[in-house]
Amino acid sequence: MSTLTEAPPPLSPTAPEKKPPRKRGRFVPYWLLLPGILWLLVFFALPMIYQASTSVQTGSLEEGYKVTWHFATYWDALSEYWPQFLRSVAYAASATLLCLLLGYPLAYLIAFRAGRWRNLIMILVIAPFFTSFLIRTLAWKTILADGGPVVGALNTLHVLDVTSWLGWTSGDRVLATPLAVVCGLTYNFLPFMVLPLYSSLERIDGRLHEAAGDLYAKPSTVFRKVTFPLSMPGVVSGTLLTFIPAAGDYVNADLLGSTDTRMVGNVIQSQFLRILDYPTAAALSFILMAAILVMVTVYIRKSGTEDLV
Amino acid sequence: MPFVNWLKRHFVVIAGLLTLGYLLLPNVIVTVFSFNKPKGRFNYEWQQFSTDAWKDPCGVSDLCGSLSISLQIAVWATLGATALGTAIAFALVRYRFRARGAVNSLIFLPMAMPEVVMAASLLTLFLNLGAQLGFWTILIAHIMFCMSFVVVAVKARVMSMDPRLEQAAQDLYAGPFQTFVRVTLPIAAPGIAAGALLAFALSFDDFIITNFTAGSTVTFPMFVWGSAQRGTPVQINVIGTAMFLVAVLFVLTSMVIGNRRKKQKA
Repeated sequence: MSTLTEAPPPLSPTAPEKKPPRKRGRFVPYWLLLPGILWLLVFFALPMIYQASTSVQTGSLEEGYKVTWHFATYWDALSEYWPQFLRSVAYAASATLLCLLLGYPLAYLIAFRAGRWRNLIMILVIAPFFTSFLIRTLAWKTILADGGPVVGALNTLHVLDVTSWLGWTSGDRVLATPLAVVCGLTYNFLPFMVLPLYSSLERIDGRLHEAAGDLYAKPSTVFRKVTFPLSMPGVVSGTLLTFIPAAGDYVNADLLGSTDTRMVGNVIQSQFLRILDYPTAAALSFILMAAILVMVTVYIRKSGTEDLV
Repeated sequence: MPFVNWLKRHFVVIAGLLTLGYLLLPNVIVTVFSFNKPKGRFNYEWQQFSTDAWKDPCGVSDLCGSLSISLQIAVWATLGATALGTAIAFALVRYRFRARGAVNSLIFLPMAMPEVVMAASLLTLFLNLGAQLGFWTILIAHIMFCMSFVVVAVKARVMSMDPRLEQAAQDLYAGPFQTFVRVTLPIAAPGIAAGALLAFALSFDDFIITNFTAGSTVTFPMFVWGSAQRGTPVQINVIGTAMFLVAVLFVLTSMVIGNRRKKQKA
């Protein structure tokens, strides 16, 4: 019977040996959280408060700024820069829609049709990330260059006539027009649409497609009634991951656009780093943040998927 | 109409491959133009083939210096964000604590915020505190925005872990420390590695937040941004192409090794 005395102690939590580590363990999560959360509080939350306070200050660089609750800054900023705000929303929304239209077939291809090429295509989708996005965005200057093959082809097909009439391009140029900026935005954020779409498409049970087919659904009906509804979580997180960074972007508008395509990000950047009008810049940034938070909240509520994280 | 039928049947494949082409076209252009010999300051128009830039990648002043600053920041930001983020992920999955909702939203918000807003608000903080903008302010900012991505990557992995493995280790008289190092950490390692790689890529390629917090320090993306105004040297394309090749080789080798291991196990 000596083997029994050497048996491991019972797992029940009432065992006396277990008590000290449990008591010590009560604070373990707080110690684990402390450094990271402190970092986020000091360098993410606190700056937001500083920014809010800066936006209601008045003064000048030489004399220093004081909080005077000068809310008129918000009004002035909005009435002066509302075209840039509208442009940001319009460009970001167009880019998001284009990303969805272009990205869905690709995600579908990887999830259902790629077979043994799946991993390779996945790598090719992520691969562009390995080159700095600024270099890749500059490459669009070459692709869309005046008199280049792309512009030439669009010209012969009379596509540019239509886009000029719509105000997306001007004359024989694509560069320095809204179309170029939207094209750059779409390109830059496309992987953020493809990856979540792929991960939600991949989870769909292939037998559901077969079942729908057995019940005499046409391929287009299968897509409309089965595949697309089941991929909604991917659509929602993909559109958010594309729209939010696109709305705040100023790189594409600066490199591929002109002064007529300035977005709110460009205004914030130049106010903060060149003109040094901190209250206006802070107010603009605050309005952008609030607008995006409101839009995102409404969008998530409407689409009914609240467990994104 | 056999062709139309063929087109209909393969519509998804064709559309998907076209999108893939759209995604890869700029990389092709970057590579091709790394062999260009431009007239004038800008490298946007094809002139003639030349390997000059490949022979002398550091030939432009400040280019390789900026690259080294970017690498240093990326390494330190990866270490910092991975350490802090992994700890948070473990706390979130493994423990109960107060204010879980607040912690969750504090981690989610930096990912849901446009970069320019975070960048602008960090700048107001640094200006108000009178901090000297430069290497350290960039590093602080990068650790901040990379951390959330690490948390998400590690959390996914730890959540799918079987807790019975740790219980088994404890039943076999492993102490908490031993259990963590010999069982928990090896299982969580792929998630931590994925988070670290993501953090490295995000930090190395970040422009907007760096633009606001850099002061006069020039990272590689800052160098490229400046060159778009002053003139783009071919060396930028060389560095971009080299980075692309190294990363693709790295991924392919790790895939081949992974496949071999699977076959050995089978």
